Amino acid sequence: MFSNFDFGVIYASLGYLFWDGMSFTMLVTIVATVIGTVLGTLLAIMRLSGVWILSRLSGAYIDLIRSLPLVLIIFWFYFLVPYVGQWITGAPRPVQVGAVLSTMLTFTLFEAAYFAEIMRAGIQSIPKGQTAAGAALGLSPTQVMVSIILPQAFRNMLPVLLTQTIILFQDTSLVYVLSITDFLGAASKVAHRDGRLVEMYLFAALIYFLISLAASVYVRGLQRRYAIAR
Amino acid sequence: MNYNWNWSAFFDASPEGVGTYMDTLIQGGITTLWTALISFAIAFVLGSAVGILRTLPGRRIGAFAICYVELFRNIPLLMQMFLWYFVLPEALPTDISRWIKALPDGSFYTAVICLGFYTSSRVAEQVRAGILALPPGQRAAGLALGLSRGQTYRYVLLPMAYRMILPPLTSEFLNNTKNTSVALTIGLLEITARARAMQEFSFQVFEAFAAATVFYLAVNMISVRVMQVVERRVAVPGFIAGKA
Repeated sequence: MFSNFDFGVIYASLGYLFWDGMSFTMLVTIVATVIGTVLGTLLAIMRLSGVWILSRLSGAYIDLIRSLPLVLIIFWFYFLVPYVGQWITGAPRPVQVGAVLSTMLTFTLFEAAYFAEIMRAGIQSIPKGQTAAGAALGLSPTQVMVSIILPQAFRNMLPVLLTQTIILFQDTSLVYVLSITDFLGAASKVAHRDGRLVEMYLFAALIYFLISLAASVYVRGLQRRYAIAR
Repeated sequence: MNYNWNWSAFFDASPEGVGTYMDTLIQGGITTLWTALISFAIAFVLGSAVGILRTLPGRRIGAFAICYVELFRNIPLLMQMFLWYFVLPEALPTDISRWIKALPDGSFYTAVICLGFYTSSRVAEQVRAGILALPPGQRAAGLALGLSRGQTYRYVLLPMAYRMILPPLTSEFLNNTKNTSVALTIGLLEITARARAMQEFSFQVFEAFAAATVFYLAVNMISVRVMQVVERRVAVPGFIAGKA
């Protein structure tokens, strides 16, 4: 196997792998993390709101998404989004949104459910007395949530949110099922074109491993720092 | 939405020639369950071993266990599937590699082994957390009573640790079941792959995926119920896990 290991094929495709592939992987990761955290926080607030219909709706969404495999959800959205687009815009036929936009939407809405559970734990970790104190000071419930609870919840949950982001980074490889060129997709295309599966897959695995490991070591450091601060 | 719903499509003949789409979906469901169960059994055994290793004194064993966990946790599952399926046979001697490639259910065995190792790294973390969560006095008491280290683990530490980690193990089991769907990329005909095939041939997109969705929700609900009963059955009255 290693006697004819061809480093040349890796070297020749570096530009394609990182410029086309990794940039898309990173883009999906960042978009889904940022928007997913915002949506997730809203879902968590809804779930804890005590308004029956809101908490039921948000709870049902979170539980549904979390019980289904991501691959199935990718398929669902890929086929569903054109119809929903047609319904919203009133177009005569299903709207073609393309695989890229559909992927962004899928990962954002999928991760929102996971971030929601993390933020819920974060909000619940803040002692009830703080809400009462805020109200006693004359702050509105929104002000209490935005300027007292959420900043602390977010800070407490930062390591967990980042760990989830690392999982998300790895999960983006599943866009392979839609033949999209993310990092793994790019590696896979070169691998099949040149018949160099061993080289390309080992290299891709190594890159994923290094990035995820570096990120998780960083998160662990963050956790330790925060643990002392509290 | 002007989508033509046709729920009776499930009873149309599938392009495979034998049976209806419903039959192919049921086949897929069975494959998913077998893959999930066998791979989780592997994950449980391997994960327990590695998790226990991490709680033993001795730097070298600990370092090995850490490397094991980090290796399987930091590479995407899909990537690992490809490594087991495409790369590993190339690394073996030609005869063995040819034999592996000719196996009739190659993707099934690959999926089971891959998921087994992948999930074992998560199980290992849970087992380790369970053992470390026990008061250190328990280990000391076991040793002071004259039990060997093996006996202390077998009779004192592990019975309590497993009870404590039952809920996270349940969610690992469910994650593992969901992860079986990744094996469709190496050609395993599990439920999601079957739904996808039905969608391609019958064009009934939403019926097909709805069937798979119902399947996963049912597995989820049944597993949670079963584990609740197990948890109550094995609970030690008056101890940590005994209150549930």
